[in-house]
Amino acid sequence: MVKTIKLTKGFDIKLEGEPLRFTKKKEISRNFAIKPLNFKGITPKLVVDQGQEVKAGDPLFFSKENENLLFTSPVSGEVIEIKRGPKRVIEEIIILSDAKNNFKDFGKTNLETASRQDVIKTMLSSGTWPFLLQRPFNKIANPEQTPRSIFISGFDSAPLGVDYNYILNGQDKDFQTGIDALKLLTDGNIYLNLSKRLNNCSALENAHGVVKTYFDGPHPSGNVGVQIHHLEPVITKNDIVWYINPQDLVILGRLFSTGHYDARKLVSVGGSEVVNKQFFEFIIGGSVSTLLENNTTKGHNRIISGNVLTGQQINENAYLNFYDNQITVIPEGHEEEFLGWLIPTYPRPSFSKSLPAFLFPNKSYKVNTNMHGEDRAFVVTGEYEKVLPMDIMPLQLIKACMANDIDNMEALGIYEVGPEDFALCEFICTSKAPIQEIIENGLTYIEKEA
Amino acid sequence: MNKLKEVLQRLRPEFNKGGKYEKFRSTFDALDTFLFVPGHTTHGGTHIKDGIDLKRTMFMVVISMIPALLFGIWNVGYQHFRALGIESTLLENMIEGSIVVLPIVAVSYMVGLGIEFAFAQIRGHQVNEGFLVTGMLIPLCLPPSIPLWMVGVATAFTVVVCKEVFGGTGMNLLNPALTARVFLFFAYPAYMAGEYLSNGDFLWVSANRSEAIEGFSGATSLSLYGEKKAPVASLWEMFVGLEQGSIGETSVLAILIGALILIITGIGSWRIIVSVFVGGFVMGLILNAINAGLPIKEQSIYMAANPLSHLLMGGFAFGAVYMATDPVSAAQTNLGKIYYGFLIGVFTVMLRVWNPAYPEGMMLAILFMNVLAPLVDYFVIESNKKRRLARVK
Repeated sequence: MVKTIKLTKGFDIKLEGEPLRFTKKKEISRNFAIKPLNFKGITPKLVVDQGQEVKAGDPLFFSKENENLLFTSPVSGEVIEIKRGPKRVIEEIIILSDAKNNFKDFGKTNLETASRQDVIKTMLSSGTWPFLLQRPFNKIANPEQTPRSIFISGFDSAPLGVDYNYILNGQDKDFQTGIDALKLLTDGNIYLNLSKRLNNCSALENAHGVVKTYFDGPHPSGNVGVQIHHLEPVITKNDIVWYINPQDLVILGRLFSTGHYDARKLVSVGGSEVVNKQFFEFIIGGSVSTLLENNTTKGHNRIISGNVLTGQQINENAYLNFYDNQITVIPEGHEEEFLGWLIPTYPRPSFSKSLPAFLFPNKSYKVNTNMHGEDRAFVVTGEYEKVLPMDIMPLQLIKACMANDIDNMEALGIYEVGPEDFALCEFICTSKAPIQEIIENGLTYIEKEA
Repeated sequence: MNKLKEVLQRLRPEFNKGGKYEKFRSTFDALDTFLFVPGHTTHGGTHIKDGIDLKRTMFMVVISMIPALLFGIWNVGYQHFRALGIESTLLENMIEGSIVVLPIVAVSYMVGLGIEFAFAQIRGHQVNEGFLVTGMLIPLCLPPSIPLWMVGVATAFTVVVCKEVFGGTGMNLLNPALTARVFLFFAYPAYMAGEYLSNGDFLWVSANRSEAIEGFSGATSLSLYGEKKAPVASLWEMFVGLEQGSIGETSVLAILIGALILIITGIGSWRIIVSVFVGGFVMGLILNAINAGLPIKEQSIYMAANPLSHLLMGGFAFGAVYMATDPVSAAQTNLGKIYYGFLIGVFTVMLRVWNPAYPEGMMLAILFMNVLAPLVDYFVIESNKKRRLARVK
């Protein structure tokens, strides 16, 4: 009997610019970049120099915290630039692809006979280990620990969320291989969480060796943190669970069946300012320039690696972040609005019933980046509770984070959450508080101090 | 609109640091952002934001008070002419009421906003919109015959002592409007709880005793009950609001329209509003039961009062809907709001009946629960922590 968990709290923000379920083959830029800043808590130590030739799967840098944890090149070619920022922080390692797909061979792995150590070793050396993340702290999993269980969220409930049913179409074999590999990493369950509201593809529906659970509810029901909370909550900092994105799991499966770090993936390109809203074949670390060239409307737009709630703003020549499967382009909102707080001059999504949006629950909005107000003191209470489907008191946890109050942060559930779980709280906040940042700072603080 | 925007943009440098009117920067900002929502865009965090902001939230509360304000204006006029024994039309009532009420509203806003703007300037903050609501609540909870200077003093007291001393909007422990009222209540008791003022004016009616018709009483249902007499108004009159009292508190009907607006928009907590009424009703029933058990001689008409009359009399409904729901001074947890509201209802009726020194228990009950709200929240939060820990298998 497959369990269904119904969540009522949350909010679906419907946006214009849903990508068509269609993949265009487009020659992608030959420039690729791996950005060490995408990996939380990692101090990179370079192993390549400018001008060096690399194969796909050759290491670019390793983590000073764990020298076996390698970060590798997604393509074969030449390291053309090592871009450093303030204080000589390594920002990007840029590789010019030779378009030859020379793979470093890690050897096929027979998962039926392989040991846990074999899997870990292959993953660490191939650069696929960073796909595995952990709660608490939402950082790269520690290969020396054994997780209680591993979670895969099979759907993305965020605005213009990535359609994994389309992406995983035809990837059944590699997806299953990935799951088989994960099974060697934990003594507990592999949880595969699916949406009750979607027609799930065969790769997800037929996956075996997993505990399947359906989630029925609005965003953030697709957030892995919410799912962990309802299935196997992380209560102390010693309750380690891991999680992995389904598309990354396919790349992992491919590694074990071919022996190659073949970082091809589909990227969903959407948002109201994209001309051809669709999927593109892509490789991890690729430049977004070719995907967006002649593909966005004129005007001042914001390009986001990821979704509108948790993504990062990038420029039109930048590179997709390591973990993202999505590019969103929406207009900037620099226009001042006469009495806009009283009489909105154009439709905008809102969770508040004081705006007319709630009368049109199925309307999709062309949304811009305007703040629609200014920063204010915390005044309104009771609103965050409506969009956080967890037994966690959001306002109190946020305040504990602001006060660096470790005891209360622990007791109120800091280990269960990631900033993304609070993205909706931040969106609906009347006082426009930077809540994801507060939670992130709280997590950083408690990881250092507790 | 573009003209207006141009003017504001041209003026802006004068108000910026080093400009001629640097001292009025907060005031200018407040006006500018009132007229035009700034073109600020998101940075870091979510890329999109909800259309709601604090201006709209506070304005919705002000809108929800309009029915009570309009009825209050009419009723002030109506009671005025009734005391004089003169037949009057709707228009005459509204004109007479406006002459009395609008200056009180104006003084409250001018004094309060003036101080808020000054504090925002000194602190380098932006002006918070909280006073939009407080500035309207203060007049509505005062008697129509209150001298304007008292309105000014009370407003200044509450903005400085209740709010700014604690750090401004969002930081205060007590409800600012009620603090203004309680200040007047204890500083000038005759002006808040008597029937007549020293100059012979009625307290609750804008008329002079010497001009009133014979038999007109300046007593409210609350004060009559306090003296162990039967009230003058029927339940229906109390519900509609055809009685004397503070400007905005008499009509439960108008207040319920406001409550509906607050609850539908989600801006006022239904948990608090409903539980205050339930608390008052339950305490009324308990008093009925206690009274029935007493010897006949000790029974009191007040304890035997219909529990519904407690909800309709005096400032009960007004306090439940507009005062208790202030999110800053109320309990902040969902469960806590229910306890908080329920206890306000209970204490109000208890104070009214058992403490004749304070005919209106609502004000003190809310302020008392404002102080206790963090404690209520503390217990709710602790129980959440325990429940979370108990999940360890």
